[in-house]
Order: sequence, then structure tokens, then C-alpha cells
Amino acid sequence: MSILLYVISYFSLLVFIVACAVRALSYARAPIHLRWELYPVPHEAPHRVGHGGSYYEEPEWWTKSSPRNLLGELKSMGAEILFLKALWEFNRKLWYRSFPFHFGLYILIFAVFLILLCGLISFISPGFMQGSLAAGLQFVFRAAGGGGLALSIWGALGLLQLRLTDSRMKIYTTPGDIFNLLFFIAAFGTLSAGFLLGTGPSTGILAFTRGLLSFDTSFETTGLLAAGLVLTGLLVAYIPLTHMSHFIAKYFTYHNIRWDDAANRRGGRIEVKLAECLAYRPTWSAAHIGADGKKTWADIAASSPARGPKK
Amino acid sequence: MRKDIHLKDLSRKQKEPLLHLEKKDLMPLPYPLEDPDDGPPFAELKEQIREKYECGLDDTCAVSIPKPATKEEEDALVAKFLSGLEKLFTKENNWTFLQPLLLSMEHCAKCQTCSEACHIYEASGKNELYRPTFRSELMRRLYFKHVKKGGLLSAWQHGDIEINWPLVARLIELSYRCNLCRRCAQTCPIGADNGLVAHELRKIFSQEMGIAAKELHDSGSMLQLQVGSSTGMNAVVVKDNIEFIDEDMEEKTGMKVQTPWDVEGAEVLLIHNAGEILAWPENPGAFAVILNAAGIKWTLSSEVAGYDSINYGVWYDDAQFARVAVKHAEAAKKLGVKKIVLGECGHAHKALTVIADRVLTGDLNIPRESSMTLLRDIVMSGRLKLDPGRNDFPVTLHDPCNMVRLMGIVEPQREVIRKICPRFREMTPHGVDNYCCGGGSGFAIMSGNNFPDWRFQVAGRKKLEQILHAFGDCMDPSIPKYLCAPCSNCKGQLRDLLAYYEMWDKHKILYGGLVELIVNAMEDAKPGFIEWEWH
Ligand code: SF4
Ligand code: SF4
Repeated sequence: MSILLYVISYFSLLVFIVACAVRALSYARAPIHLRWELYPVPHEAPHRVGHGGSYYEEPEWWTKSSPRNLLGELKSMGAEILFLKALWEFNRKLWYRSFPFHFGLYILIFAVFLILLCGLISFISPGFMQGSLAAGLQFVFRAAGGGGLALSIWGALGLLQLRLTDSRMKIYTTPGDIFNLLFFIAAFGTLSAGFLLGTGPSTGILAFTRGLLSFDTSFETTGLLAAGLVLTGLLVAYIPLTHMSHFIAKYFTYHNIRWDDAANRRGGRIEVKLAECLAYRPTWSAAHIGADGKKTWADIAASSPARGPKK
Repeated sequence: MRKDIHLKDLSRKQKEPLLHLEKKDLMPLPYPLEDPDDGPPFAELKEQIREKYECGLDDTCAVSIPKPATKEEEDALVAKFLSGLEKLFTKENNWTFLQPLLLSMEHCAKCQTCSEACHIYEASGKNELYRPTFRSELMRRLYFKHVKKGGLLSAWQHGDIEINWPLVARLIELSYRCNLCRRCAQTCPIGADNGLVAHELRKIFSQEMGIAAKELHDSGSMLQLQVGSSTGMNAVVVKDNIEFIDEDMEEKTGMKVQTPWDVEGAEVLLIHNAGEILAWPENPGAFAVILNAAGIKWTLSSEVAGYDSINYGVWYDDAQFARVAVKHAEAAKKLGVKKIVLGECGHAHKALTVIADRVLTGDLNIPRESSMTLLRDIVMSGRLKLDPGRNDFPVTLHDPCNMVRLMGIVEPQREVIRKICPRFREMTPHGVDNYCCGGGSGFAIMSGNNFPDWRFQVAGRKKLEQILHAFGDCMDPSIPKYLCAPCSNCKGQLRDLLAYYEMWDKHKILYGGLVELIVNAMEDAKPGFIEWEWH
């Protein structure tokens, strides 16, 4: 039983890491695209960022350096990642559900790191777990784990209720969307039950963590906690296979698109990338494009459109 | 009106359109248009048009695609659409937007946060068909099914859709029910972009199927690349017209006005939207007055496309877009100018300055600047003697999406207006949060069938509401009011919108550009440059 739990945990983690990496790489390896930024861009100069201005407001902007306003960017990222600012501003009804859901997840991730830390320390110094610091850590873990689970379940229930009842969302909701939320509720619900009804609320998890780190086959737990751990493991593996991996997507949509205002300078890094793209050979069929599979984008841009039959 | 349109309805084989809007369904307007019946009726599409063209979406028909005669023809068009869809997701064919498109396809959370931001959705009375995610969701389902070759599991996760000719025909029209203003994208917590999806759909239709709105393609980018301008003016005609404008400006201002042509090594190559030269000659005329008075060494170019900044490709076709951008840069390179300055045209600003930034390399990468910045510098430097008292009438400012939300040029035009217009008032909201005028993405020049009715009653409705609010305290016709729109396309839309609702005749709301306000305030010019006549 314990071995099965460990295998599922490591397997889930591995799937999660590999699937996230594959997804991130697939976006990162896409060629440079045409600029498509959207203002306000928070790394703009502080005197412009308030009204959403860009360096194009400067006369002869190309003669001036425009240092990146890192603080502005961090502030904007922090507000979006931690507090879901866009939802707060534009969709308050959803924010009341989505925020607890996401914030619960953040707290849970924190709790997982904490328990891993406790597990590691207890190997290095077996007496540590008897000390008052350990008791404090365990208290924080219990509060974070319990609070995180409760918040996420509450949020997921709210999201489910909205998906099933809000006419704006109903027609776009697929069975997969419902399943995703039910999966969260089932996994976290079972985990919470195992957590609360188990022999000792945190020793069970700590013992599991220690066992996980050492492949200790003597670890035993309740069926409920085991079921919670298995379901949560599978959920972790499942997330990056779906659109719920938007935490990866958001990095690219914000940094590589909305906020990508990097100007192309002669002989610069962007120009090198563009040279590669302009050498691609498109195969679009419309006559006016004149693509024959041999001409490059550069050739087409330099040519006149062919007059061909329309429509 | 049916509100319960579902995604699968797009594949329905039926003669009647999916949607019919009544005026009472639309978003209410403030005084003086509170009665839903105010304003002209929505003309019905003629029966011959419905017979001949694919008009199965709603009350109008923007693209006029001839109906296929046989089932085989229909199947061939569907096959072509599918081949275009696949190409759209390859780097060889679509490196230009592949990454943003993939992200928008794979990560929408279907939270509908973006819906409320869309002026078309709101103006339609929140009709499902015009929800920003409606067309994106169709595209997404097609992507997972036909590009990712998803099976049952994918359909369960992402939803299913049946592809047939009615669906493709309706998608063509639906891609022309979006202004590409990207206000929706601004609110999306994920960063997905429904405007981009409409843009990419238009590209499949144009680049693979050879289908585009004729105003954008045949009489737009094609004409520009052949003759030099989508107005049809060649170099000789445009020079004649400018000469005439110079004479007219001299008469109006009492100042010497001469527009320089093809001056090698000039500091500034100014490129106007050539539509200005024909429709609003006082705009290029005012530019000439200001630049000469400020002592700028500037020139116009008579090269092909060098005197017309429009680049309609930016709305529907990457190849046409790149060709025009290259022509603009070549005109500047030939003259060896220090920089290109874009006149009052929003999409030309964004096309040449921002989007073409990743097309123009080497010696074609010539610095490009906005006229807003140059004008702000001239006005604030004190090089012109300006009397704000000459602009003592209510003025409000429209923010062209391309220049503002999509380029971040927000303040320069405001600094100018604040300095010379004592009765300036902002619209709500404004700046990067502005609403599109309803003419964006080419609509301002699209007038086929009854499309203008849709353009004014739906697409332009939110802007009209904003204008009426901005001038709410002075609607009395004894007070002339000026709606400043520093963009040719916006001006075209606003002219037609104001005329449609008789806002000039009944309430004396005039529209115009920024330079006209500057010249109107110039002490060295005869008073009364703005003539308060409808044009
Ligand atoms: S595009 Fe963005 S805001 Fe709109 S439904 Fe999708 S995730 Fe939500
Ligand atoms: S881009 Fe503008 S018009 Fe198009 S869906 Fe978004 S908000 Fe609406």
C-alpha cells in the first residue's frame, strides 16, 4: 500500500514536471511574432505607466534609452498572481469564487513545501521533531493545509455553482469543465476527510512525507487519507494536460505578448530572429499571395500581388 | 429576437438568418435618442441579395460571398477552409502570430470576463452571437478537432462542433462583426485575445480562400499596391490635389503655404492617409501650415504608396500588410529622410510603427514617429503663437484604439488640446480604456448592402452614447461642439454616425482632426479656420 502511494506520488510529480516543461517549451520555441502589445504596459517609465503611455510618446524615441521599470512590472505581476486583479476589476462575481480557489492552492503549495522541509529536517536531525520549533512548524502546516483545502474546496464549489447556473457560462461549459471542478472537489474533499478523521491530523502526513523521502515501507495510513493522496496525485498529473495549466500560459501572454514592446534595432537580436522567419516558405493558396512553396516571406513582401481569380 | 443562439446553430442549414435584432433590443441611448425608435430604420436586406449571397448570420451582409452552386462546390470550400486552418498553426505560414494564437486557443477559461468590455456585445443588447468568445469558441473547437485531430476525449474536454459550409459561411461574416479593438483582451485575466482570433480567421479566408471584404482587398490594398493609393489617385493626381489644397489654405489662413514634394534628405517624410486629401483637405492643409510655420524640414513622397499611409492588410492579410509596409519604408529610404511621421491615421500608426517593426529590417528599418508627438513638441515649444480664445467651444477627444490602447500614445494629443481648448472635456472612459468608434478593422470604409445600418446602430452605438454624455451639458444647437478624432478612419465613421442620427443638423456636433484645432488657434492665421459647416 505504502509503496503504491509513493509510486503514484512520484509518478504524478514527474508527469506534472514533464508536461509543464513540454507545454512551456512548445510556446517558448514558437518563432518570434509580430508585435501585439496592449497598453498599459507596466514596465513603462513611471511617469507614463499611470495613463498607459508608451515610449512612442517621446519625441525621437529611438534616440533615448527607456529603462525597464522593473518595480512597475513586479507590482503588476504580484497583484495579478496573488490577488487576481483583472477578475477583481472586471468580474467581481467570479472573483469571489476564483480568488479563494486560487489562494487556497497557493496556501496548499506552501504547506506542501513546509511538510517537505519538516520531513527533510527530521532525517538530518531526528530529535528536531520533538522540539518547540517543530511544533510551531506543524501548527503552521496544519493551519495552512487545512485552510488551503477549505478555501479551494469552497472556491471550487462556487465555481461549479456558477458554471451550472450562470447563463453566460453555461453554453460554453463542456463536460470536461465540470469534471475538472468535480475532480478538485473530490480530491481535496477526500484529502481533508483523511486529514481530519485520520489518527493524527499531521503526523499522518508527516509520516507519509518521511516515508516518501525514504521509501519506508512500514508507513501505514487510513484508507481515506490514502484515497485523498492518490486522487490529489492524479489531479496534479492531470492539470498540465488541460487548459488549467494557464499559470504557464500567463507567463507568455503577459511577458511575450501584452507587454512585449521591445523595439527592433538594426543589427540587434530581434533582427537575427526575424531573418530566420522571413526565410520561411509559406504555402498559402490564395492567388494574390503568390506563394509557390519556393518563395520566402521576404520574397513575397518585396513582390507585387498576383492578380488572380477572386472567391 | 432569439437570445438563445448556441454554438451548434452556426452549422444549421436554414434559409433565414440566425439572428434578427429589433431596435428595442439594442442598448438604450441617452437624450436626445432615448426612444428606441429614434434614428433611421434598419433597412432589410434585399431578397435578391439573400438569394445570391451567403447572408445567413444576422440582419446584414458585409462580405457578400456568392452562394456555391453545388454541394461539390460547398465541399471544396470547406476543404479549403480546413487546409487554411491547418496552415494557420504552422510556423512557415503563420510565424507572424503563431504564439499568441496558440495561447488564445489553448487557455481560455471561458469565464466571460471579456464580454462586458465589448461595445458590440453591449450595444446589441448582449446578444450571444456578438459575445467576444462566441467566435473564438467556434474556432477553438475547430482547432482541437481538426488541427489537433482530437477524438472523443478531446470533444468531451473542449466541446464538439460540426463543420459544414453554412458554418464556414457564417464564420466569414462573423469575423467581420468585430472591430479588432482588443478592449476585450485588456480585461482577460489569462491574456487570451478574441480580437486576435477574429483577425486570424480573416487571414484564413483571405490568404487561403481568397475571400475578403472587397473594400479592404480589391479596392483597398490591391489598388494601393498597383496605383499608389486606395483612393485611386496616382502621383500626378495627388500632386494636383495638394497644389489645390495649398492654394485653398493660403486663402483661408492668409499665410504662404507650399507643400514640398520628394525632398531628398528631409528631416521628416510625412505620410497622410490619402483619404484625407479627398475627404478632408483642410487636414493635410493644416499640417502644411503648422510644419512650415514651425520651420520643420519636411516632405511628401510621390512614390507608390509613399503618399498613402493606409495599410488595410493589418486587418485581414499578412502578405498584403507586409507588402505595403515595405513600400512605405522604401519611399523613405529613397529620399534618405531622417524619420517617417504618420499623419492623423490610427491604423497607419500602428501598422507601420509597431506591427511592421518586425518586418522591416536593415536599411528599411527607418525611424517612425507619431504626428501627435511632433505636434505636441511644436505646440509646447512656443514656436507658434496660439490663442486658445479662438477655440472657445466645447471640445471632446476620441481616442483611436490603434494609436492609444495598441500603441500607448495617450498624452501628447491631450497636452495640445488642454493648451488650446479651454472647454475641453474627456469622454468616459477614455485613454487606453476608450471605446472603439465602431469603424475599426475596416468597417469605416465598408458600405455594402445595409452594413452601414449595423455599423451605426450596433458597432457605433457605444461611441455615440459617449459623445452624447460628453456634450450632455451643451446639446443646445446654439452651441457649436467639436468632436476631435485624430484618425482618418475614425473620422469617416464618426462623420457617418453623426449624420445618421442628425447630430449636426439638430445639435451642432461637428467632428474633425487635431491639426485643424491648432491652426484655428494660430494668431498668424486669419480667424475662423474651422468653418462650422458640415463636410
Ligand atoms: S478570453 Fe479571457 S476573459 Fe474571455 S472567457 Fe476566455 S479567459 Fe475569460
Ligand atoms: S476586439 Fe473589440 S469588437 Fe472585437 S470582440 Fe473584442 S471588444 Fe469586441
